[in-house]
Amino acid sequence: MTSSSGEWRKRTQSAPLFEKGLETKRPSHWEEAWIQTPLSLRERVGVRVKNKDYRMNYAYFPGCSLESTAKEFHNSTTLVASALGIELAEIPDWNCCGATSAHNLDHELSISLPARNLGIAERMGMDVIAPCAACYNRMRSAEVELKVNRALRDDINSKLEKKFTGAITVKSALEVFTQPEVLAAVSEHIRKPLTGLKPACYYGCLLVRPPKVMGFDDAEDPKSLDEAMKTVGAEPIDWYFKIECCGASFGISKSEIVAKLVGDIISNAKAHGANCIVTACPLCMTNLEMRQAAASKLRGEDLSMPIFFFTELLGLALEAPGIKKCFASHLIDVNPALDLIGKEPVADGAAV
Amino acid sequence: MRIGVFVCWCGSNIAKTVDVEAVAEAAKSFPGVVYATDYKYMCSEPGQNMVAEAIKEHNLDRVVIASCSPRLHEPTFQRCIGAAGLNPYMVEMANIREQCSWVHERTPETTEKAIELTRMAVAKVARNVPLFQNDIGITKRALVIGGGVAGIQAALDIADAGHPVVLVERTPSIGGRMAQYDKTFPTLDCAACILTPKMVDCASHPLIDIWAYSEVEEVNGFVGNFDVKIRKKATCVDPKLCTGCGLCLEKCIVKDVPSEFDEGMGLRRAIYSPFPQAVPNKPVIDREHCRIFNGGKCGVCQKVCPTGAISYDTVDEVVEEKFGAIVVSTGFELWDHSALGNYGYGKYPDVISSIQFERIMNASGPTEGHIVRPSDGKTPKSIAFISCVGSRDDEHGHAYCSKVCCMYNAKQALLVKDKLHDVETYVFYMDIRANGKGYEEFVKRTIEDYGANYIRGRISKIYPDGDQMVVKGADTLLGKAVEVRADLVVLATAMQPQHDAKDLARKLGISTDQYNWFSEAHPKLKPVEVLTDGIYLAGACQYPKDIPDTVAQASGAASKAIGLFSKDAIKSEPMIAYIYEDTCVGCGLCVDVCPFTAIELVEVVDKERSTRDNQVVKTVARINEGVCKGCGTCSAACRSLSARLRGFEGSGILAQIDALADMVKIKK
Repeated sequence: MTSSSGEWRKRTQSAPLFEKGLETKRPSHWEEAWIQTPLSLRERVGVRVKNKDYRMNYAYFPGCSLESTAKEFHNSTTLVASALGIELAEIPDWNCCGATSAHNLDHELSISLPARNLGIAERMGMDVIAPCAACYNRMRSAEVELKVNRALRDDINSKLEKKFTGAITVKSALEVFTQPEVLAAVSEHIRKPLTGLKPACYYGCLLVRPPKVMGFDDAEDPKSLDEAMKTVGAEPIDWYFKIECCGASFGISKSEIVAKLVGDIISNAKAHGANCIVTACPLCMTNLEMRQAAASKLRGEDLSMPIFFFTELLGLALEAPGIKKCFASHLIDVNPALDLIGKEPVADGAAV
Repeated sequence: MRIGVFVCWCGSNIAKTVDVEAVAEAAKSFPGVVYATDYKYMCSEPGQNMVAEAIKEHNLDRVVIASCSPRLHEPTFQRCIGAAGLNPYMVEMANIREQCSWVHERTPETTEKAIELTRMAVAKVARNVPLFQNDIGITKRALVIGGGVAGIQAALDIADAGHPVVLVERTPSIGGRMAQYDKTFPTLDCAACILTPKMVDCASHPLIDIWAYSEVEEVNGFVGNFDVKIRKKATCVDPKLCTGCGLCLEKCIVKDVPSEFDEGMGLRRAIYSPFPQAVPNKPVIDREHCRIFNGGKCGVCQKVCPTGAISYDTVDEVVEEKFGAIVVSTGFELWDHSALGNYGYGKYPDVISSIQFERIMNASGPTEGHIVRPSDGKTPKSIAFISCVGSRDDEHGHAYCSKVCCMYNAKQALLVKDKLHDVETYVFYMDIRANGKGYEEFVKRTIEDYGANYIRGRISKIYPDGDQMVVKGADTLLGKAVEVRADLVVLATAMQPQHDAKDLARKLGISTDQYNWFSEAHPKLKPVEVLTDGIYLAGACQYPKDIPDTVAQASGAASKAIGLFSKDAIKSEPMIAYIYEDTCVGCGLCVDVCPFTAIELVEVVDKERSTRDNQVVKTVARINEGVCKGCGTCSAACRSLSARLRGFEGSGILAQIDALADMVKIKK
């Protein structure tokens, strides 16, 4: 149903870990009803892709950040999914993914928390989409561990009402939207190519690492986001800080570290001609936006730079209705970047 | 039939868990047994004397030793009973140590099992027949595969002992890796200055034939009698006419072929000699790049050649030669750092490998010894050397240590400081492994006298910034992140086996380890032999080695070959397969399963169906006795019980099984 093989996908290697003979159980009645009312439909009806040659539905795991600081990531993800005919059904009664404290304190807890969500999703009969990079990382780590470690799986399942047997997998929003058939649908339905936009595609640390667990894209030089940006007509720049650390939770406890790291990242993006940064992680977004001023001060150069979630740019290109409302919750003005769209850059790189 | 049973205690190894006296007592009742006893160490001199005396005293004709695995001590007891006047093959060993006492607790069942194993050995020895060894002649001529310093040393040693040697090298010149190096640690001798005299010695030695630009195609035969097919690749240059004047090299119009010898840092022509001191100093035409062989018009080299040595229509020649011993010295290649994304996938021109830097430093290299950056030709002001790139890294490269990188890093950091006084050098290391004569002192000298900045830590990322490279990593001694800006980054890439090592191993019938290094017969006691007799290893084809170790092993391999050649004949192993032709139907199954390709199908006269007037021919399998190792695969596979193994005849094996069945029946 959702199987596809992008050229960077190596996840097939983990396929034999699935336990044979264990089929996904049918969802219960109320779950059935829930599934039949996808979130995307409940929220709004977008432009539906016609003649799409795929049928995709995912169990949607928003996590805490998409409910709060990254509300625009949630909105843009559902809008783009709706526009592309990908049905998202929110995991009912989901709980915290465990990031970031659980895996530092209690290994079993850090597996158990996602295991409960995975169990519910498995009962729904769908693969999971977890847009937040931290949620994705925790859920994917739990998935891989539970598929390999039978003893732990049995132990955790004994405490769960809905068991996780390993019949489903977890994907990030980036992974879902950069599947070849989805990108093909995107390019077919572009209404507003993002020409003139030169995004620095910033992946951060969690989406592709550790490579053995994530099994998605190239851990050292990921290209999926660049590919998506190229598809919608933008010109992603070649730069060297794609997977550099943003400082993560130090944003709260030691913000000077984040200011230094964010300064390095934005400065390198600027030096390579980027006019915006596009990311797929709520925490990266928060740090890149919130610490711009401190970073500028620290480095003594102007580091103001609009930051986007990649789903916002996809939505913009597809002209998903209501996508522009997402930009209202940004801390950094995105208009300098939006103004560049559609305008041919002159030779020196500045917009006319 | 008079069988003697000797039960060994092996100190406490067996006696601790098995009641050895009960085993000896029980053995006395086995059919054919006339004498049984036990002793503390059967393999010791008194133990062996005891066996010999018992043979005389009790007039024994067969012996069972119930002790350890036959692997180590079967030859001991064969010699022992041979000296006592019996045929050496009239002894059987019951393995009551590895297969019994070591793997069980002290219980009555353990002793029972030891008795059963002994009983089975008695049943088998009762059906043993005398076997005899044959003499096999030896071709006193050696083949050395690979003309690096290991092959050169081995060839010289064997030839100096008076035996002819053929030295086969796949590139146009011998010299190998060592010829590429600038200076050697820790003495800083110029590599070429100490190697080229040896190369010339090889060329001028009356007993050494150098076959450059040639490769081993097929190896058949066995120790003392190898038949080897060698492909002499077409060079288009007649070595007899060519004087090595080099005019053709100058005039060749294809000038942009990346030089393999310079590791892509320099260019060569389509007709080329890898380096000025090449031996043999005869150029070859690289058909991949020569215009003539790519549909173009040219022929310049042929026109300018003063001796008319060049002709474009030469073809590969495959020659078959006989050798008595083979020395394998095929060396190593280097791990390709373009697998590392965090070091830029090999995209950055100023991130080079150590062997490339070696060529840059070399006075006969592409920059004539001037240390410059590949990107813009500027002299670097700071150079970072990074150790363990692909070594000690099972995530991206190899789990093993490449052994020599610590030393050449120190050497390069020292030499570069010698040439460019105002250069800053950084060496990033995990551990400094300088365990050789004068090595530790050498590293110390680099650090203390030549001011190299040694930083303990791995490099997480290298990226360009402006015209410099930023090297980011951790200083694990200070516990801090470090960032170094370097004009040039030199990666000490791992040594790894030749890409086709596995192919050669298959041709030779030798084994390789998990990385494809050739496996020695014993890691400690047989470091130059392999499990196939008559084949010896030298140098880095076995495991990463520096030059002193390589040369030492080469001399070791040579002395093994010389030792083999000191005999006129070798004894053959009689425990090999034979075909009972009367029942063989020539199905060929044994030919397919034989791992040593020792079996072939031949046509013989069918005695049963032939009459005096009408000869009927039938196909049967035939064992090449020199090649057969006696593994028994063919006899297990044979459907008509015609492939049989001497010493392991079906009757003996079945008798063992019957004996066991009897014992079990009695127990019930």
